[in-house]
Amino acid sequence: MIEFRTKGNTIFLAGPLVLNNVYSVDQHIHKCMNEHSEKFWDFDLTGLTKLDTAGAVFLHSLNNFVPLTEKLRVDHLPAHLQSFFNSAIPPASNTTKQSQPSFIETLDAKLIKTYESTKQFVFLLSDLSYFAITCIGKKNTIRRDAFFDQSYIIGAQALPIIGMIVFLIGAVSAIQSAAQLRQFGADIFVADLLAIGITRELGPLMTAIMVAGRSGSAIAAEIATMKFSEELDALKTMALNPLQFVAVPKLWAMIVTVPLLTVLADIVGIAGGFFVGITALDISPDAFLQQIAGSLFLRDIVSGIIKSFFFAWIITVIAVFKGMQFSGGAVGVGRAITGSVVNSLVGIIVLDLIFNLLVY
Amino acid sequence: MIWPSPAIEATGLAVAYDDQLVINEIDVLIENGDITIILGGSGCGKSTLLKSFIGLIPHSKGKLQLLGKDMSKIDEDDQRDLSMKVGVMFQFGALLNSLTIAENVALPLEMHTNFNNDLIKDIVRARLDSVSLLETYNYRPDQLSGGMRKRAALARAMVLEPKILLCDEPVAGLDPTTAAEIDDLLLTINKESNTTLVIVTHDLLSIERINGNLLMLDDGHVLFQGSHDEALQSKDSKVYSFFHPGNTSDD
Repeated sequence: MIEFRTKGNTIFLAGPLVLNNVYSVDQHIHKCMNEHSEKFWDFDLTGLTKLDTAGAVFLHSLNNFVPLTEKLRVDHLPAHLQSFFNSAIPPASNTTKQSQPSFIETLDAKLIKTYESTKQFVFLLSDLSYFAITCIGKKNTIRRDAFFDQSYIIGAQALPIIGMIVFLIGAVSAIQSAAQLRQFGADIFVADLLAIGITRELGPLMTAIMVAGRSGSAIAAEIATMKFSEELDALKTMALNPLQFVAVPKLWAMIVTVPLLTVLADIVGIAGGFFVGITALDISPDAFLQQIAGSLFLRDIVSGIIKSFFFAWIITVIAVFKGMQFSGGAVGVGRAITGSVVNSLVGIIVLDLIFNLLVY
Repeated sequence: MIWPSPAIEATGLAVAYDDQLVINEIDVLIENGDITIILGGSGCGKSTLLKSFIGLIPHSKGKLQLLGKDMSKIDEDDQRDLSMKVGVMFQFGALLNSLTIAENVALPLEMHTNFNNDLIKDIVRARLDSVSLLETYNYRPDQLSGGMRKRAALARAMVLEPKILLCDEPVAGLDPTTAAEIDDLLLTINKESNTTLVIVTHDLLSIERINGNLLMLDDGHVLFQGSHDEALQSKDSKVYSFFHPGNTSDD
């Protein structure tokens, strides 16, 4: 327990000045200062028995009281506490303010960074695409086991979630379309709208978005972690190209499975609309199916599948790029995942727009 | 086969991360069959120097020759050739987590030789047996302890019988018994196959046990070069305090 008393213009502190009692001592001192602000205060610290870092920093800060700087004097610290006091007090903070970069300098730095990043992305995109094509038919250039493992993870394991989501989207699309078409007595055209909308747009797009969130993020996280744990460096020391070894099997697995998932999404999405059509919209199953058969052309299905190839390609390239760009620890992995998903979504939509402009 | 000598020769070698100079124009000469220990305090550039030897971190200045090849002029084939002659054991093993231990060790053989699968399996078993890890043949790296992972990494680094073995902190974070086992394995490799060893460490017991040529770095410069005995006798205050922690030099 610390003893705090005043005699004349001297404050006596005796006992341990430690973290637990620094606050109460501070309150006492302020009280004295406020009650007798005209006094020149001296401190007698000879009775202090113990000092910890908080106590030492507190004593040091007494010299910095504003506006009482001129009125305080701290001395008479016991010899056995003096060396600890000297070692515990913080170094003077560097008050020199660093000059802030101007707007032009900041813009310049950001432009250079964006240029470098874009250049690296284009190099990686071309390298990965080149390796993926040239590995066909060559021995030891693609790991078949890794390809099948990735195909199972990206494709087979995604079947339930993609199936469920696209089924529900098909059902919702049918309900929304019917709400509008009913006004013109054209309920039956729900089937046309659904078939064309799902096969051309919703099927490939929703599949790609879900694959980007599910598998693209996993690829970015895996590669970022491999970089962190020096696995990519280890591959380089074995004269193995990390892109060929790690990324090419993933790219091929994506290119093979995403179109298959898209076909599934087309079927299940139409099934979702069909289900709503025959149960809630009073359309007969035969009429619904006949309407679909009459409105759907092979071109609609094929264009959606072709799009999905490009979606698979851009998702993988972006995920690999973000994984390779990783720096830092756990935060860096999180950044790689977020960057992969966000950029993949942008890439998918941009590709979709380009494809629509070219085809339709 | 007669190998060009020396194993590693660097003149005025400088390595920088962005604009920050980590290795500042140093000279290094490592002869074939030698054991060289790169030591120094944390952040002095030990691992950076080791990685620059194999081009993982490119040098920004100076000349670096690895097994007689100028590292600034090598092409893809040279890189491939060198990779088969230089094994690297990383600080945390850097085993590929998607593969089993056997697959990890077999990887360099599958990629760089035309051996059939049975022969590769036999070599892998022999390699794993040499580091007492045969029982972990089908394990995944995450099922192994830190010491076992390092031994598996050693088996992988040695599977192509490299001429040079680079080890980054091989005993860091290991208990004294396991650390001694790793040191013994490294010494055996050097003795039996005359493999040049370059070991980065700051473990005093390990330095004493291995007793190689010391290359002590400080802030990117070479502070000391010589034997362990010479280092113990050194009057340089930094060398003295490194080898006598807790004591200070009279100088």
